[in-house]
Amino acid sequence: MATEAQGEEGGLVFHPMDQFIVKPLFGDGAVGMFTITNVTLWMAIAVLAIVGLMVLATSRRGVIPSRGQSIAELAYGFVYKMVEDVAGKDGVKFFPYIMTLFMFIVTANFLGLVPMAFTTTSHFAVTGVLALLVFFTVTIVGFVKHGTTFLGLFWVASAPLALRPVLAIIEVISYFVRPVSHSIRLGGNLMAGHAVVKVFAGFAAIAVVSPLSVVAITAMYGLELLVAFIQAYVFTILTCVYLKDALHPSH
Amino acid sequence: MATETHEAVGEGLADATGVAAHGADAAPGMPQLDFSTFSNQIFWLMVTLVVIYFVLSRIALPRIAAVLAERQGAITNDLTAAEDLKRQAVEAEDAYNKALADARAEAQKIVAEAKEEIQAELDAQIAKADAEIAAKSAESEKAIAEIRATAMENVEVVAKDTAGEIVRALGGKADASTVDAAVNNRIKG
Repeated sequence: MATEAQGEEGGLVFHPMDQFIVKPLFGDGAVGMFTITNVTLWMAIAVLAIVGLMVLATSRRGVIPSRGQSIAELAYGFVYKMVEDVAGKDGVKFFPYIMTLFMFIVTANFLGLVPMAFTTTSHFAVTGVLALLVFFTVTIVGFVKHGTTFLGLFWVASAPLALRPVLAIIEVISYFVRPVSHSIRLGGNLMAGHAVVKVFAGFAAIAVVSPLSVVAITAMYGLELLVAFIQAYVFTILTCVYLKDALHPSH
Repeated sequence: MATETHEAVGEGLADATGVAAHGADAAPGMPQLDFSTFSNQIFWLMVTLVVIYFVLSRIALPRIAAVLAERQGAITNDLTAAEDLKRQAVEAEDAYNKALADARAEAQKIVAEAKEEIQAELDAQIAKADAEIAAKSAESEKAIAEIRATAMENVEVVAKDTAGEIVRALGGKADASTVDAAVNNRIKG
């Protein structure tokens, strides 16, 4: 690859987006619905990591927890408290669902930071489905629990009457934009971070700037570690907020 | 080799300019927007989510909840046990203080009793000694009185004898009864 790069004028070749290409794991061919791809591999690794942390590490059921069990309990307490605080007591029955989302996103984000890894959560296909699941869940729960009074969410009763139709339009638009912002926030953050790291890595081919490039990659990597957790947290807490809207639609 | 390079350049260009896919088999500018892979990703995502959901809701979450509840229970039990022990300690201290006070009172009582006993004995002894002293002094007084009386008698006798002798020496005739009367008279006077 190095000789190839030198063969081209300048020698600088950036492929910052190549890391996101979905390709079949065995042989090359078209990517069909059930093809085993790198997506499959890294999602499977995420599942194994979650099982390892949440099931194997807690298998001792120690009253005095081991290190792994402590982390599992920490994750449990973190999400449980979030659901309880934000969505309220009746939101607790959605806890396993929200915990699933959180565990998947946080694990996939961190696994994406392993060198050579494929970041499943940097794809809008994935984040979009996650966001749409939340959107439909919240909407269905809202209508099932409150019937048409759920529409009161869009009718701001505390505003002056003249403003209410305008506010209602804004509220409806913002409601339907939710899954878009919800998914693009997560996918965009991860994609941008990983792409920037790759760009810096591309600069490392020039001997003069390579030390700077390595420092920059290290700094970006630290930032990405932060982003990986914060984006999972943001996604989860927004899910809780939307759920709260569905459970208690009055403003 | 040449074609590879060419492709790489093409890809680089596409990446740089952000141009989306220019062929079915060529990599698009943003793989995220390559809709041909969406079905694959969505399928595997759903599989993953379902697996994670079942693992968490069936095994992991109930287990962790049980562990947390058990720990909470253990902590509560320990706290109540500690409270119990504390109360027992306070009780023991109270009992000890009470025993101490009792012992002190008992000691005081014994001291007082002993004092009283000693006092009584002392009083009795003093009284006895007083009585003895009184008896002794009375006896002595009697003895003195006796001695005095005998001395008086002796004085009388000596006086009568002496008077009789004196009278006889002077040549008078001493009538015994007259001398006695005179001596008695003198002694009395």
